Amino acid sequence: MNASVQTTGRYPPGDFAIWIFIYAELLAFGIFFLSYAFARANNVELFNDSQLLLNRTAGAINTLVLITSSYFVVRAVAAIRDNKAQLCAHWLLAAILMACVFLLIKLFEFYTKYQEGITLSTNTFYMFYLSLTFFHFMHVILGAVILTAVMLKARRGGYTREEHTGVETGGSYWHMVDLVWIILFPLVYLIR
Amino acid sequence: MQYQSQAVAKPYFIAAIGLFVGQILFGAILGLQYVVGDFLFPEIPFNVARMVHTNLLIVWLLFGFMGASYYLVPEETETELHSPRLALALFWIFLVAGALTVLGYLLVPYATLAEITGNDLLPTMGREFLEQPTITKIGIVIVALGFLFNITMTILKGRKTVISLVLLLGLWGLAVFFLFSFYNPANLILDKYYWWWVVHLWVEGVWELILGAILAFVLIKMTGVDREVIEKWLYVIIAMTLITGIIGTGHHYYWIGTPEYWQWWGSIFSALEPIPFFMMVIFAFNVVNRRRREHPNKAAMLWALGTPVMAFLGAGVWGFLHTLAPVNFFTHGTQITAAHGHMAFYGAYVMVVLAIISYAMPMLRGRAAANSDRSQVMEMWSFWLMTVAMVFITLFLTGAGVLQVWLQRISEAAQPFMVVQDQIAIFYWMREVAGIVFLIGLVLYILSFFVGGEEKTVKA
Repeated sequence: MNASVQTTGRYPPGDFAIWIFIYAELLAFGIFFLSYAFARANNVELFNDSQLLLNRTAGAINTLVLITSSYFVVRAVAAIRDNKAQLCAHWLLAAILMACVFLLIKLFEFYTKYQEGITLSTNTFYMFYLSLTFFHFMHVILGAVILTAVMLKARRGGYTREEHTGVETGGSYWHMVDLVWIILFPLVYLIR
Repeated sequence: MQYQSQAVAKPYFIAAIGLFVGQILFGAILGLQYVVGDFLFPEIPFNVARMVHTNLLIVWLLFGFMGASYYLVPEETETELHSPRLALALFWIFLVAGALTVLGYLLVPYATLAEITGNDLLPTMGREFLEQPTITKIGIVIVALGFLFNITMTILKGRKTVISLVLLLGLWGLAVFFLFSFYNPANLILDKYYWWWVVHLWVEGVWELILGAILAFVLIKMTGVDREVIEKWLYVIIAMTLITGIIGTGHHYYWIGTPEYWQWWGSIFSALEPIPFFMMVIFAFNVVNRRRREHPNKAAMLWALGTPVMAFLGAGVWGFLHTLAPVNFFTHGTQITAAHGHMAFYGAYVMVVLAIISYAMPMLRGRAAANSDRSQVMEMWSFWLMTVAMVFITLFLTGAGVLQVWLQRISEAAQPFMVVQDQIAIFYWMREVAGIVFLIGLVLYILSFFVGGEEKTVKA
């Protein structure tokens, strides 16, 4: 990437308050994952059997979609550090579109499961599958809303090379949403 | 006092303290009835004393929240209240309705009260904490709507701050969720399900927003720390409160006939409920450490710092103690719940109301900023007496609860409820002693208002 990119040199990037929020979110998902592991240990067969019925292709595509969106966010931050606000806004728009693709694929997954008559009460595995993916789904929506707010401000010229904390803040949150999925996907869809 | 209309907060605060005394007196009666079963029977049966104890708590906290709102909203919005006269009228309506309701509890049998208040037309009575006659409930809604109208109009015409908006969100939530007290389905599961929408979503949801807003206001005023810093904390705290608190409702749905997934949802999300309280502790001490002035009201500062600490212990730690479904399977409905209830209510809501009263009352009574040294010393004594007494009440009830769970539910030779109650009587006696110390602390608190002396002045 561009070697002349300016960094603010601050750590952590973005507003400190978002990091408290990110840590709290990671803790919430962490406890959810631990509960999953705990429940699975008591029900290995049921979990393995039910897991086979998930749509792994959709999950894998969504993983690529989210990682790509994170890459676009990285480009957006790089763009604003290069003082290119419009370019930054374009990259953010691309990331938001990827978020929408994720949501659509996920909705399709939810829909097919609904068609199969699967609910939270089907069994413990599906309770976790539906709860975890829905909880994450809501976070993708929140992340997309945050990115949209940042994009609109970038488009209005609200960020510069010197002051672009907002872009880093939104980007940090978005990476968290991505990171959680990167753990969630293998944990729930793949690991046996 | 910067705005004339803030003065309407004063009667609200006085009524709150008056009803607080009533609550504690009935608490002392109730505590004794645990060990001397026929104490004051048949004049004040246990169930009536309990109803008065819990209802008075809720009503005086509501008076406190309203007084706090009338005091802080003009300063936050930098404008006079929309209608001080409406505020005063509602004060009297609420006070008279509250007094009549309590008299109704005490003077006639509950069934008669239901009959003469026309409970048949719209049955809402007979449920824990929502025992009020239907007409009282309607009165509460009218008072709440008038109050919200007044506060909302004031905020709309004035400066909009994060504190006043969070407060407004909390107050509206309080009113909206109370409406579920009118929904009383015949199906017991549905009844309990929505009953918690009032009870849980109040104390573990919207009330926490009110708590956060009041605490933030007091801290801004006393420390002079930048609003921006405090607002950022407030955002994060209320976001965490709502995320954990709303789905955390599930920790009441374990054993009432709702689907099994609530055991997971309730356990996971309510296990996170201590986080916003922990954030409040860090927030409060952080802000005080960065203070830009030494406020002369040391007593108010003590209450303001005590609030998050005791709230974290009572609501956070003691809540977590029995929130996980496998634990709660054994502990639900025991003295563990009572222990948690006492410290959580005291730490979160009693203390924050006393904090704003402590901060605002000197100004409402015409002083520049604070009471005299002597008065403050007495108030700080009352702080420590009440707080330490509450810690002991909680510890003794926890001891009683642990033994109760063991003897009645876990042990191989499980014993019946009343047999177990006899064996844990010593804990109830000790709790009663701690309760009397609490009462002494409360008496000192009230006396501190009447101690004169030279006023402390503000140092820049």
